[in-house]
Amino acid sequence: MEDFRELLDDCVHCGFCLPTCPTYQLWGEEMDSPRGRIHLMSQHEQGEPLSGPMIEHFDRCLGCMACVTACPSGVKYDRLIEVTRAKVEDERPRGRTDRLLREAIFAFFPYPKRLRLLRGPLRAYQASKINMAPLLNRISPTLAAMERLAPPRASHVRLPERVAARGERRAVVGMLTGCVQREFFPGVNAATARVLAMEGCDVVISKDQGCCGALSLHSGRAAEARAFAKKTIETFADVDVVVVNAAGCGSAMKDYGDVLADEPEWAERAREFSVKTRDLTEYLAELGPRATRHPLEITVAYHDACHLAHAQGIRVQPRALLAGIPGLEIREIADPEICCGSAGVYNLLQPEAAGELGDRKAANVSATGADLLVAANPGCSLQIATALRRRGEEIAVAHTAEVLDASIRGIGKEQLSPRR
Amino acid sequence: MGDVSTAGLDGLAERLRVVAGAGNVITDPAELRTYECDGLTYHRATPGIVVLPDSAEQIAEIVRACTAEGVPYIARGSGTGLSGGALPRTDGVLIVTSRMRRILEIDIDDERAVVEPGVINLDVTKAVRSQGYYYAPDPSSQQICSIGGNVAENSGGAHCLKYGFTVNHVLACEVVTPDGEIVEISEAPGYDLLGAFVGSEGTLGITTKITVRLTRLPEKVETLLAAFDTIESAGEAVSAIISAGVVPAAIEMMDALSIEAAEAAVACDYPPGAGAVLVVELDGPTAEVDHQFAQVKELCDAAFEIRVAADDTERALIWRGRKSAFAAVGRISPDYIVQDGVIPRTALPEVLARIDELSGDSGVRVANVFHAGDGNLHPLVLFDDAVPGAAERAEMVSGQILDLCIEHGGSITGEHGVGVDKAKHMPRMFTEEDLDTMQMVRCAFDPAGLCNPGKVYPTPRLCGEVPGRRTGVHPLVESGKADLF
Repeated sequence: MEDFRELLDDCVHCGFCLPTCPTYQLWGEEMDSPRGRIHLMSQHEQGEPLSGPMIEHFDRCLGCMACVTACPSGVKYDRLIEVTRAKVEDERPRGRTDRLLREAIFAFFPYPKRLRLLRGPLRAYQASKINMAPLLNRISPTLAAMERLAPPRASHVRLPERVAARGERRAVVGMLTGCVQREFFPGVNAATARVLAMEGCDVVISKDQGCCGALSLHSGRAAEARAFAKKTIETFADVDVVVVNAAGCGSAMKDYGDVLADEPEWAERAREFSVKTRDLTEYLAELGPRATRHPLEITVAYHDACHLAHAQGIRVQPRALLAGIPGLEIREIADPEICCGSAGVYNLLQPEAAGELGDRKAANVSATGADLLVAANPGCSLQIATALRRRGEEIAVAHTAEVLDASIRGIGKEQLSPRR
Repeated sequence: MGDVSTAGLDGLAERLRVVAGAGNVITDPAELRTYECDGLTYHRATPGIVVLPDSAEQIAEIVRACTAEGVPYIARGSGTGLSGGALPRTDGVLIVTSRMRRILEIDIDDERAVVEPGVINLDVTKAVRSQGYYYAPDPSSQQICSIGGNVAENSGGAHCLKYGFTVNHVLACEVVTPDGEIVEISEAPGYDLLGAFVGSEGTLGITTKITVRLTRLPEKVETLLAAFDTIESAGEAVSAIISAGVVPAAIEMMDALSIEAAEAAVACDYPPGAGAVLVVELDGPTAEVDHQFAQVKELCDAAFEIRVAADDTERALIWRGRKSAFAAVGRISPDYIVQDGVIPRTALPEVLARIDELSGDSGVRVANVFHAGDGNLHPLVLFDDAVPGAAERAEMVSGQILDLCIEHGGSITGEHGVGVDKAKHMPRMFTEEDLDTMQMVRCAFDPAGLCNPGKVYPTPRLCGEVPGRRTGVHPLVESGKADLF
């Protein structure tokens, strides 16, 4: 792994990261900017013990990586914060409540089967129309945030282990189904598999796959992340390309090379795995369109998920794919580089800041006047839709895959966007 | 910091919590240290207290509280300054305006906007661009530097060649004076107090509200990138353009080393193998721009490649290389000093040759980026702080470059300010009498000497101390550069 000190020294303190940092936008404080956090990391590296305030400023970082995009000096803030979060977890046990909440979150999210267990009670609760929010708010802001952000009811979709290409086969690709995506947004996975097949790919969807480790990696749970990474590498050993439709997962998988760099028997495999990982839109753009696009008369606000735009540099491809649909009009959202506040489990752990960022994003989305919000990350869609609802507005949300699927199948926009 | 002053600051911190709210006063040691420097990391000092006020009234109360306790105070905006102008004091209060970032008023008809000091420079332009206007001064850090900081430093930028510096775009300032009064100074008959205040580097008071001039977006903009084999031929092209009577919006030059850095940072894709590139931008009425652009292209005929930006995207890419150059140097050197000096345009080839010699003799690499149109040099002196003695050598070369500027009738700063970094160079440019006179102006505003002390002047004379009478002929008069009337 790169030397932590050298990574820190790349920062020349110019401040170009400040305006793109969501927490600096909220609070205007140096310690809640990338430059300030790097300064705190540097203090710790020089022997200053991790203090409560230091940890608070690291915890408040969304990990959105907008600063990585903005930095002219090439500071690898993504690596810096990852290593720092792991240090926080290793060196300083958190308070009891915080620890329990984190354990609870990580006992469910990375495990699709456990998530599935939640679906029944959640559906019953949502059907019951009982309002638990005031009570939950008193017990814990995190629990209240979970309630607000609970995904809509969706019926389970079982995907086959192999979906055959339509027409002449152009490629064989593996597909990551994800955890939240698989259990709460099964329609997105189904659409992804169909689009890939209709574009001429055999899609291999291994039943053995588990969590890619993104949530653990981005929360400083390094050992857990490494274990998930190894399992994922093994699952997809037989395919040349792994296609992912969730931005957070894709960005983590592209980092496996760094995550496992210190384990000699895994380092090379991890690097190769990172190289063969593709976001769905990235892969479709490389492949080039073949299937006919049918018109969709719809205006779309396209939201850049941070882990797609900042972490993977993918901004052009999804817009180009959407623009390739006849009748579809893309409306740009103001301040596209600023995070919506979802950020993995951030909106559960830092509900207040996440709420404010969600409100800002919702205002910008609302100003586009678009019919449909499209994003590449389930967390973003939930977060923005929830924030819009707080404004008394509703917007239909969809993943890029669902829009492409609707166009290629010619099913019309009504099928595409049930109001959520 | 002795026990007495620490105790004094404890009491003051309590007072400031009442004034600004507990959440807006920082005293945690680790948090305080994140404010220890601005964009210039060479000088560091952990502030005694940081306070983030929300209004002019709060700033006035903070200033009064500091004055009552005899505690120095320093204003800071986004912390991007390059001369250590906002360097804190360990025994003082740092007043950070980054939460005062509201655009209070936009008046397109009268072409002005009223903003708080923490408003980001580029955000003013963003707010009015759709109505056909922009805020003209454009420091390379415009995406983050604050208007308050721009006022303190009289910041310039690439386009100041044609449009002038911050002072030409500020119509009025609300200021908290060192007495703790809130006053408004504006363009008005009588002494030009606004002219004295803008560029006073935070030593005469703290601005809390600024009325800025808005400028019409030009009808047409043309930008070209010309690549030359040598710096000399690029320099000749600059002189030729200016002497032809063309006033471009900007003429920027970068040498091979800074091109290398920018290339590594933002992949700006400048022509490979260039010894220097010029970025020339013309703006204004279409007929004028078209005519002059043809002229400029001819005058750049020594270039081995000329690229013309076809649209805003290509223009942005050309500028991206130039605007990221300072920070981009971080890619080719662990540490560096951004120098800022001015020379007469005609001295450019000679001064550059001498910088080259200095670099060769000392083994210290120097990358050159400059606003060539107005002779404002930004040599970037590269070093590795991990190598013993390297920082000192770099500092020496950096100082020698300023001596070169003075020697050629130039100045020790064009736009970054004197701050703490160049205070020691002031006596080389000014006589003791000059400095005394400047101190008297300062004392008129800040008799207690608590408002950003230790900046600009090497040895602050105490107010009330009578400056010695000048004897003999002033050196500037002697050299024929100034006349006495």
